Amino acid sequence: MKVLVPVKRVVDYNVKVRVKSDQSDVDIANVKMSMNPFDEIAVEEATRLKEKGSIAEVIAVSCGVAQCQETLRTAMAIGADRGVLVQTDAELQPLAVAKLLKALVDKEQPQLVILGKQAIDDDANQTGQMLAALLDWPQATFASKVELGDGNVTVTREVDGGLETLTLKLPAIITTDLRLNEPRYVTLPNIMKAKKKPLDTVTPQDLGVDAAPRLKTLKVTEPAARKAGIKVADVAALVEKLKNEAKVI
Amino acid sequence: MTTLVIAEHDNAQLKGATLNTIAAAVKIGGDVHVLVAGANARGVAEQAAAAAGVSKVLLADAPQLAEGLAENLAAQVLAVAPAYSHILFPATASGKNVAPRVAAKLDVAQVSDIISVESADTFQRPIYAGNAIATVQSGDAVKVITVRATGFDAVAATGGTAAIEEMAAVADSGLSSFVGREVAKSDRPELAGARVVVSGGRGLGSAENFKILDPLADKLGAALGASRAAVDAGYAPNDWQVGQTGKIVAPQLYVAVGISGAIQHLAGMKDSKVIVAINKDPEAPIFGVADYGLVGDLFQVVPELTSAL
Repeated sequence: MKVLVPVKRVVDYNVKVRVKSDQSDVDIANVKMSMNPFDEIAVEEATRLKEKGSIAEVIAVSCGVAQCQETLRTAMAIGADRGVLVQTDAELQPLAVAKLLKALVDKEQPQLVILGKQAIDDDANQTGQMLAALLDWPQATFASKVELGDGNVTVTREVDGGLETLTLKLPAIITTDLRLNEPRYVTLPNIMKAKKKPLDTVTPQDLGVDAAPRLKTLKVTEPAARKAGIKVADVAALVEKLKNEAKVI
Repeated sequence: MTTLVIAEHDNAQLKGATLNTIAAAVKIGGDVHVLVAGANARGVAEQAAAAAGVSKVLLADAPQLAEGLAENLAAQVLAVAPAYSHILFPATASGKNVAPRVAAKLDVAQVSDIISVESADTFQRPIYAGNAIATVQSGDAVKVITVRATGFDAVAATGGTAAIEEMAAVADSGLSSFVGREVAKSDRPELAGARVVVSGGRGLGSAENFKILDPLADKLGAALGASRAAVDAGYAPNDWQVGQTGKIVAPQLYVAVGISGAIQHLAGMKDSKVIVAINKDPEAPIFGVADYGLVGDLFQVVPELTSAL
């Protein structure tokens, strides 16, 4: 069976973004871009399932600008067999991405789609659930353990207050949490091999999907700054401040 | 204009985040209804009916709703969705799981983790780990939203007198089934709602050393939290993680012990009223957000602080 793994190109997690002075957006010109960390975990999990012999093919998908090809090459260096880029310069919101992915699922017929639980740029945490809804497939979000069975998949999820385990009928959608696995480092030989793997490019129009944004961003601002704090010399001074100045204890 | 709030509960207790979500619904204006979907959850419906600002409680009670499976819960919400202009979920693990499923079925966008209501169609939400605040406007007929609990003061849990109306439960989807749950046992307050949080990071060095925080947390009546580094190293359980990908907290007092203060951690706690940092590295970024910083060896400072309280 096939697994589809959507990956997103985002501002690298170490970069502290700045808001543009005209408040139209954050400034991401000339900042380092990388694969969304949760998507790396998704590609790693799909690759491990393949290495166990449970699945035959891993297809990486990315939606966005031409440079998303680099993200797809990274996915292929981790272990994806081929890539599909849905190329567009337009802004894509989770519902649009879910619709694009649905069109690809209809075409490729995977039994499993593994996505990251959220992208670290828009912090939406929606796409996997939306794709599950559009396909009418079951979903297991925030996965920390995945076990493929016969016609089903058993997933342990990280929920508030602990863990819960669900069994889903295949085909199904899984979104990854941080502790599902530790993605491997991509090696130079694998980067070279990834360059030879097939990468197809389609457009939203080819897939017949209206990807227009539904939410309008009116402005993007800096969060309120905290006023500068002080350093205290010792524990006694700290306790005094907390009791008399901050009045929190 | 009527808003539906999806209650978060464990079939016995209404969870605190629901009251914060009701507060967001009240800000939007219009009537506020609450949906309680569960099994043997009448007690929860009664608690919801007592919350201030609620005018009606819908109760869907059936075994297939017991565990809050996304497929069944989303279908239950969709069964009443046409009557509402806004559908609000708390931005908890459960709300985040179900809200996008509901939105996609309605073919509308979902707005995640709002921290303020500007008007009935305009909301503020943090992006890029809280390093920017986006003001977004929804043109969709139904607004499906998750609400960040720390962005809104909870409505009063008592005093309301809403009517409870029973509704038919949707059939089991049969797509997924519940296997089991491992709940981390704790006598301490719930992390997300605690007044005081004491958090430890990599600086603690081991799970054994993490216990140094117990007496301090006991004295302060605090919940315990942890940075991702501490959780990944196995010093603390996963559900203690505070940050962009863990819990978002905004207590009165947040004490960060041995935490450097990475962007991802700050995203989860920088709206705390007072932040105290204890770290031996005077250059640690945590001091940039701390109201009171103490540079020193935590193994000496923490016991000293505990006995000084």
